[in-house]
Amino acid sequence: MPRYFTEEHEWIDVDGDVATVGITDFAQGQLGDIVFVEVPDAGAELTKGGDAAVVESVKAASDVYAPVDGTVTEGNGQLEEDPALVNTDPEGEGWFFRMTLGDKSQLDGLMDAKEYKTFCDSL
Amino acid sequence: MTDTELPAEEAVETATLPLDAWHRAKGARMVEFAGYWMPIQYEGIMAEHLWTREHAGLFDVSHMGQISLEGEGVVVALEALVPGDIAGLKPGRMRYSLLLAEDGGILDDLMITNEGDRLGIVVNGAVKWDDIAYLRENLPDAVTLNHNEDYGLLALQGPKAATALARLVPEVPELVFMQTARATWQGHAIALSRSGYTGEDGFEIALPNEALAPFADALCAMEEVKPIGLGARDSLRLEAGLPLYGHDLDPATDPIEGDLAFAISKRRREEANFPGAARILGHLADGAPRKRVGLTVDGKLPVREGAKLFDGNVEVGIVTSGGFAPSVGAPIAMAYVPTGLAEPGTALAAEVRGKRVPVVVAATPFVPHNYVRKQGA
Repeated sequence: MPRYFTEEHEWIDVDGDVATVGITDFAQGQLGDIVFVEVPDAGAELTKGGDAAVVESVKAASDVYAPVDGTVTEGNGQLEEDPALVNTDPEGEGWFFRMTLGDKSQLDGLMDAKEYKTFCDSL
Repeated sequence: MTDTELPAEEAVETATLPLDAWHRAKGARMVEFAGYWMPIQYEGIMAEHLWTREHAGLFDVSHMGQISLEGEGVVVALEALVPGDIAGLKPGRMRYSLLLAEDGGILDDLMITNEGDRLGIVVNGAVKWDDIAYLRENLPDAVTLNHNEDYGLLALQGPKAATALARLVPEVPELVFMQTARATWQGHAIALSRSGYTGEDGFEIALPNEALAPFADALCAMEEVKPIGLGARDSLRLEAGLPLYGHDLDPATDPIEGDLAFAISKRRREEANFPGAARILGHLADGAPRKRVGLTVDGKLPVREGAKLFDGNVEVGIVTSGGFAPSVGAPIAMAYVPTGLAEPGTALAAEVRGKRVPVVVAATPFVPHNYVRKQGA
């Protein structure tokens, strides 16, 4: 299952026509203690680069963007009860939402794990 | 078009404080604040906040302005700009006060100490240059203002602060809340006060710049002490109900609106001779149109600065500080509401990203103060 990354520090796991989206370990480290996560409802239409979710640390609120176009099929309800999952397991249990892929060609513009690491090292 | 070009606006470079390298070596994440690079956090805001409430946290607040005033008539001259009883301030005592504009608006909140031969003032870093200019402009020539830039300021806060600091400075047990002393540490002249901005017992220590790093190292070598960043400083002061200048107080706000009536001393009320006295004493007698209050928040969604407040469908106020409160375990906020809606228990709603979040006006502090007001306590 290929995993792609954005310059805004989202990850996207692609499995056929559906994908799972979250924020990277680098991103959670930058945000610090996460106290609230607002995930989109099933059915929400997302546009690549548009607002998709909000993550709130002790200090500030940050937007999470849609890495590609698509329709949300499920938000991670667990994050409502336990937002700190994003700190402890950002690239696993701390996923934000699942979505359909509206335009698979948009994945071509994203980074793979190696490119993303190089990108983070350059920051 | 003319052939004289205006000079390009000079880029103001972010300055570094004497402990800059010390913070970075401790793993701090540095951010720009009040014109300086400052540590926002080391291991994490939540852990640092809770550590301070249980043990002792060391804060570098060297960005704050340390000013001294001396000269004939200095007390009378300063009283013309603040509403506190400075004449009644005994040597070694410290008092919270407010620098007031002519109309009674708050230009800054500050701490004033009677240092015997002079008055010491500590002002907010973000407005210190404005304060100094204002004081110079409004104090008579007989009063000399000195900005002590060769001294830094540390704060050690928390229930273990006194125990830890007493190992370095034996004068510590002699002080109670809002008392100050001069002392010597390894040959350096230092000044300490039992005061702070967390609601906990604690001390603020002024030291020569060259003594800051060895003193901070000596404290952090103790098991009770960890360095704490600006992030936890903000959440600690919010829980303690203490306003932050530039956010919860500003020049459009007077002391009664800011819920700081305690800073207007009895003698000064009677004399009614401080800036904006008519407006402020009027608000004191009849109530101000609006008031600073605390808010508890229903649910987990943080309500932050700038959020509008509603009473039913009517917009009635605005949040000036807010966030997750680690010791409370929930979001809290500070806000301005009409005085008629300022009673604790009043139910309102805050607007966050288009959603209405139920909030309730709450008494402050959110976490009880632990000041030491009696010797030996």
